[in-house]
Amino acid sequence: MKLKGWKEVTPGAVITEAGSALKFKTGSWRAFKPVWIEENCIQCLFCWLYCPDMAVKVKDGKRAEFDYDYCKGCGICALECPGKKGNKAIIMEEEGR
Amino acid sequence: MGKVVAITGNEAVANALRQINPDVCAAYPITPQTDMMQRFSSFVNDGKVKTEIILVESEHSAMSCCIGAAAAGGRVVTATSGPGLALMWEMLFVASGMRLPIFMPVVNRALSAPLNIHGDHSDAMGARDSGWIQLWTENAQEAYDNAVMALLIAEHSDVRLPIMVCMDGFIISHSIERVELLDDADVKKFVGDYKSLNPLLDINHPKSIGPLILPDYYMEFKRSQHEAMSKVKDVVLNVSDDFAKLSGRKYGLFETYRLEDAEVGLVVLNSAAGTSKDVVDSFRDKGIKAGLLKPRLFRPFPYEEVGEALKHLKAVAVLDRADSFGAFGPLYTEIASSIYPYKEKPILINKIYGLGGRDYMPSHGELVLNELAEIAKTGKVKTFKEYIGVRE
Repeated sequence: MKLKGWKEVTPGAVITEAGSALKFKTGSWRAFKPVWIEENCIQCLFCWLYCPDMAVKVKDGKRAEFDYDYCKGCGICALECPGKKGNKAIIMEEEGR
Repeated sequence: MGKVVAITGNEAVANALRQINPDVCAAYPITPQTDMMQRFSSFVNDGKVKTEIILVESEHSAMSCCIGAAAAGGRVVTATSGPGLALMWEMLFVASGMRLPIFMPVVNRALSAPLNIHGDHSDAMGARDSGWIQLWTENAQEAYDNAVMALLIAEHSDVRLPIMVCMDGFIISHSIERVELLDDADVKKFVGDYKSLNPLLDINHPKSIGPLILPDYYMEFKRSQHEAMSKVKDVVLNVSDDFAKLSGRKYGLFETYRLEDAEVGLVVLNSAAGTSKDVVDSFRDKGIKAGLLKPRLFRPFPYEEVGEALKHLKAVAVLDRADSFGAFGPLYTEIASSIYPYKEKPILINKIYGLGGRDYMPSHGELVLNELAEIAKTGKVKTFKEYIGVRE
């Protein structure tokens, strides 16, 4: 994408297009990546509830995969995850390992 | 047309605000501005103006509130002084960066410590790089006139930037002067209606304001902000021409007094310029060709025009009512930049005066002009930066 020059930008950086935040893939900020371990998941959906970036997907009322385009790797889901019999259903892994 | 009254500078500007009838005013009291907003609040309370006044808990909140109201699409004003302006500092850059044409009278006051409530330009000079337009005024009449013109300059489609009108605390804000007020209807017509560019309240066109802009775009926005500032000069002159037609009072980018054939000159802002003009007259009577330049538009600074006006002088003293400790005063550095391009230029000295409301007396101006006459004769300078009116 060709970047705009200073004569083309909107005065005051106003964004006149609704929903344009979708184009900003903030997942690139991530240092730690949440990994879902399905066999330990009790489908409580705490991760979906707590995620500040709507990066936990739910399909037909069931937990689906992470949306890594927008997950910044904050780790709240992993912290809140009750898991099953002491085994977490979400663990954080360092990116690039 | 209009009427002549005896009022203070604060009262004059409060009346200008009443006549402008802005949509929103969020302000916090601080001496010596308090009296202006108190009078304006009375106008609102008495139904003389329809402005919605919003009481806030600090100047930081006052400016934040103004930014919100201006982004919503309103015509917005506030007012402050000294430490109040300092507390607004963060938000000043938000207002200008978001290109919101807010109008703020600044009643110049010293900054602490030591605590001091009196006239001093340190407050507005501290905000000179905040992206606000700055107009400086000598007396109550100029404060009133510039207040009437301020929003027309700020809201111009080429500009869309916030604007300060500065006047000296107490010396102007609390002294009673002869002031010519325009008719309410004339000001209403002159100021006209305001149409904001991207109002948030236009709910049919949803938008986001104040986004995060990273290194890939930040500089483009700053460069475009500079471009808007570069348009201000022409807009100020056009608005001032229209104002002259209405009021008979003419304003340029700066005022010159007996400067055309002068050999020595003073450059000074605001109320001290009035005293200095008297001193210039007395030196002219003695056969010394003295003159004066009083800047009106300080941001953006009209370097070329000021340079042209001063280049023929032999020696010039720039009087600063604000200090930059360990450096020259803020006005001096601008004047030095203005005359720098010329091969033949005046010798330039800097005097710091009047800090914290210390009186500027005719004898101070005389001292400086005598020194300039000596410099013009000998070409020798003892000290480039010196303080006047201070005890050893």
